[in-house]
Amino acid sequence: MATTASKKLPKRKGNMRPLFDGAEWTFELIQKVHDTMGEIALGELGLDIYPNQIEVITAEQMLDSYSSIGMPLMYRHWSFGKRFARDEAYYKRGMRSLAYELVINSDPCISYVMEENSMTMQALVIAHAAYGHNHFFKNNYQFQLWTQPDHIIDYLGFAKTYVSECEERFGQEAVESVLDAAHALMNQGVSRDLRPRPRNVAKREQEKAARRRAHEEATYDDIYRTLPEITKERTSEPTETQNEQRRLGLPEENLLYFLEKNAPKLEDWQRELLRIVRLLSQYFYPQRQTKMMNEGCATFVHYEIMNRLYERGQLTDGTMLEFLHSHSSVIFQPSFNDRRFSGLNPYALGFAMMNDIRRISTEPTAEDRDWFPDLAGKGDWMGALRQAWSEFRDESFVLQYLSPKLIRDFRMFAVSDDSKEAAMEVKSIHDEQGYKDVRRRLARHYDVSAQDPDLQVTDADLSGSRRLVLTHRVRNGVLLDKTEAERTLQYLAQLWGYRVKLVEQEIDGGRVLKEHEALPMP
Amino acid sequence: MQIVDRRLNPKSKSLGNRQRFLRRAKSEIREAIKDSLRSRKIAETESAEKVTIRSKSLREPSFGLGRNSGLRDYVLPGNEEYKVGDEIPKPQGGAGGRGSQGSPDGEGQDDFTFTLTKDEFLDLFFDDLKLPNLIKVKLKDLKTARLVRAGFTTDGPPARLNRTRTMRKSLGRRMALRRPSEAEIKRLEEELAAAEAETPPDAKKIAELRARFEHKQRLRRTIAYIDPIDLAYNRFDRVPKPTTQAVMFCLMDASASMTEPLKDLAKRFFMLLHVFLTRYYREVHLVFIRHTSTAAEVDEETFFRGTETGGTVISTALDEMLKVVRERYSPADWNIYAAQASDGDNFHDDMPRCLELLNEEILPVCQYFAYIETTHGERFNDAVETPVWHGYSEVARRRRNFAMRRVASPEDIFPVFHELFSADNAAA
Repeated sequence: MATTASKKLPKRKGNMRPLFDGAEWTFELIQKVHDTMGEIALGELGLDIYPNQIEVITAEQMLDSYSSIGMPLMYRHWSFGKRFARDEAYYKRGMRSLAYELVINSDPCISYVMEENSMTMQALVIAHAAYGHNHFFKNNYQFQLWTQPDHIIDYLGFAKTYVSECEERFGQEAVESVLDAAHALMNQGVSRDLRPRPRNVAKREQEKAARRRAHEEATYDDIYRTLPEITKERTSEPTETQNEQRRLGLPEENLLYFLEKNAPKLEDWQRELLRIVRLLSQYFYPQRQTKMMNEGCATFVHYEIMNRLYERGQLTDGTMLEFLHSHSSVIFQPSFNDRRFSGLNPYALGFAMMNDIRRISTEPTAEDRDWFPDLAGKGDWMGALRQAWSEFRDESFVLQYLSPKLIRDFRMFAVSDDSKEAAMEVKSIHDEQGYKDVRRRLARHYDVSAQDPDLQVTDADLSGSRRLVLTHRVRNGVLLDKTEAERTLQYLAQLWGYRVKLVEQEIDGGRVLKEHEALPMP
Repeated sequence: MQIVDRRLNPKSKSLGNRQRFLRRAKSEIREAIKDSLRSRKIAETESAEKVTIRSKSLREPSFGLGRNSGLRDYVLPGNEEYKVGDEIPKPQGGAGGRGSQGSPDGEGQDDFTFTLTKDEFLDLFFDDLKLPNLIKVKLKDLKTARLVRAGFTTDGPPARLNRTRTMRKSLGRRMALRRPSEAEIKRLEEELAAAEAETPPDAKKIAELRARFEHKQRLRRTIAYIDPIDLAYNRFDRVPKPTTQAVMFCLMDASASMTEPLKDLAKRFFMLLHVFLTRYYREVHLVFIRHTSTAAEVDEETFFRGTETGGTVISTALDEMLKVVRERYSPADWNIYAAQASDGDNFHDDMPRCLELLNEEILPVCQYFAYIETTHGERFNDAVETPVWHGYSEVARRRRNFAMRRVASPEDIFPVFHELFSADNAAA
């Protein structure tokens, strides 16, 4: 590798001295390391990134960023203060160390690095975030589809100003009550299949009012006063209901969207607040869907870059050892019966899968040729990786690329847990019969829409009782957490303004398992 | 690439969030603070406070799948011996879902621990309270000015005239301007007289002498002995001397009639007062005086723990307090606060002496004197006046820096304290 690199860079030939030595970092060093890594990342690995912006921050600022879900700008809300207080307490007691970096899916791509980091860590962070994550953000279809990285910072700026203006006009508590409710429904603020078209609510309302007035004026006739009142029956005709449902776009899975457009009692500014929360939720949705791949990609990229730098002689032995130490703790995967176990480590699995793709491309076994005929032995592993990074999300990535060898390496096994039984049952293990089953189950585990409850607005009576009905389509008999659901439903009722009913219904049989109701508090 | 150094950006970007958070949890935090006071020493209240609140208002619910129903499955790493069909007993506590992610913010329960800074703690603690007598004299004016010599000035009140300096300047001026001295005039006069007495008179000499004499006399008249220009006054600067220290006297009846619960009530009150004072003074000293028929200064432990037998003579405690004030806490340098707790009993003949001590000696040097009467529930009745209550009522009517209240249970302490030190009361 070193020779090919030096062919591309004849000027630096013979000048492959270590970029830095020792722990101290300077802005010049960061710049130099960034540029040198760029030669590898863009030139050799063929990555495609947004321009980088690296920001040096303190530990306290890092805590700050944590609390506002990692965003550089955020509107004010008590829950961020709560998060800050908690993180600070953990941090001060030494129960949790801070991340070395934080990266924002924006254009330019902003990476935060902490001033406490050693130069080695800064180099690692730049390779990981400024090249790895950055490439993933720019190229993965999920991000391309759902996020507008060139707008996000501006939009957050707008949101922050808008919320504080609302606080001034309507009072902190009024704003807070809307945001609280919206935050509770944040996970149901995502349109999974269709990208919603933004519409200007205020303008639409005005137009509607104008149309109504024009219609009233045009059709006014004093004789109407003498007509008997319309009976209720007409509104309850099935066709009417169907029409209304169609008009409301039911069933609707995006609760925040539905409320923003249809909640009868909300003011325009309240709708705008819902919209802000909804757009944020939508912005983060790709990150939830690609967590494992995203980290895998970034880890793979930093490992590759650091190794190549070392091969060129541009890193000292000490730096390399420090790097390897922190790299291996990042990708450490404890076993299920280990006290440290807290689920599959996305870094570990992601990194392993990326390396596996490379292995299958270059040194396939007979088994690999069987399982991955399109990939095995093709040689262009970097091309294969770039394709995987751009066209998959965690769920489909696992389905497509998890190889029997990895299942064996991780010694994965699938268990099923029936709440009615006293013990869990092992369904499949890392053997010939089990590979496909393990892979299928693991893929489902990474499917966000299968992990979140499947909730939809199924009925809304806008002309009569104004009752809103939600349906939870229960999969495998897993009901909602009762107290949480009722509290959240209360928030929902607060936004809707009238009675809200939540029906938990079996997905196939249609049997109703449970019902909750909430009325808005005055 | 661009590198931005954000380290110098304004800190505490999240201050607004923090304030909103504290406002939200205010009532719960206040509860927690009250709880935490019970187990503390009086002087400990001023440190930063770790607060655990069980907060309804901090809940962030969301729709999530429950753990206790249905069928779910996990893929776990690290299989050692399991085969298909094996059964794994569920871990205790229903935490079968270790394989899946926990809830996003990782908290199932409502308990929430965090640290309040000392300021936040005390702000919440006092909220709308104001220190008595300080409402008018705002904290920044709570300073006695001290006069410090600062050279001389040419103007000032006669009392400040610096005579030495004035005379020195006068002398210098007179010498410089050659103001004739009295002796010189006298000598000339004598010479003139001698010349006139001469026979025959030397008219030329006389005229010369007379001219000199008159010149000198004119000089003497024109050049003042003390000119306004000579005046030197002592100059003083008013240097503000912050009185940043306060002493708090805790007086308590230690006779057997003060039972443990009553002492506990008193302790809470002392504690609150102490916290309150530390809010305003950099240094707060505590003096514990307990009394039966005699009084003694003791340490905190003895103060609250020990019980003695004997009668109750309150004036002994007041005497002891005055003695300590005289010895160690000059009212010029110290803000003196006193809090007295008693069950209302006193040796009957002692009351006049108490009132005299209070009126004549203690109240004039005290910023504030608070008397609380701890009573058992059944005696908490205004109709039954204890001797002390009866006697002190008179003082309370006439003195603004004297306050008295009754406390029957721990719940009463805070409201009573609030009432004693409320802004209205202090302004009245």
